[in-house]
Amino acid sequence: MKCVNELKMTLDSKSVNEGFARVAVSAFVASLDPNIEELTDIKTAVSEAVTNCVVHGYAEKEGKIYITVSIFEKDIVRIKIRDRGVGIENVEKAMEPLFTTAGGERAGLGFAVMESFMDKVRVKSAPDKGTTVVLEKRIRGKK
Amino acid sequence: MAAKIVYKQREICVYLDGEIDHHSASLIRVSIDEAVSRKRPQLLVLDFDRVTFMDSSGIGLVMGRYKLMKTIGGKIRVQNLSPGAYKVMCLAGIERLGEVKQKEVV
Repeated sequence: MKCVNELKMTLDSKSVNEGFARVAVSAFVASLDPNIEELTDIKTAVSEAVTNCVVHGYAEKEGKIYITVSIFEKDIVRIKIRDRGVGIENVEKAMEPLFTTAGGERAGLGFAVMESFMDKVRVKSAPDKGTTVVLEKRIRGKK
Repeated sequence: MAAKIVYKQREICVYLDGEIDHHSASLIRVSIDEAVSRKRPQLLVLDFDRVTFMDSSGIGLVMGRYKLMKTIGGKIRVQNLSPGAYKVMCLAGIERLGEVKQKEVV
């Protein structure tokens, strides 16, 4: 697949940046003329992934979140969200709906949201190395 | 994110306004819980009419308030969900916890 447009950004791992991250990604994707539902799906999935970096990856400590948005031919968007935090020991378990280590009011549905709102979700992680989430969706737009 | 809390006889209605995510949900939660503990209503209404964005933090917000209302023997109603917010809520099966209504399409 040939990449036709790309955005890279680095953000501090602060909860206040969750809103900026999802809006910036959706603004970049807007060039593909997605419909409202597709745009909301992407914003929601990005919000979940970035929140995971803040809450789990860096556990509210300082760190950087690296986001790359690539637009490929045939209107495919790939969003890579990476942290250099604690990592996940058991990715399969972490992706199970309702599983959470955060306690409190986290519903444990972050990955479930990403999986149901995007076409593809890939997670690569290693303890103490960090986690990379790759989200992919084909934009059909108003066609 | 802002919330207007309206007290009726045995009911508290919370009009949520803006974006609900991990950042904003924690702020809003405190004021709702404080109102509920003080007034001990029979019904807590969460109105999403002016919510412009919601991720799974909204589920946590509703589930947490459902548990709180249960401890005081009350019920919860979630109303005026946008299609996007409704889609997120459905993933959690929120409709089993109380009355859940979508926004009416005009």
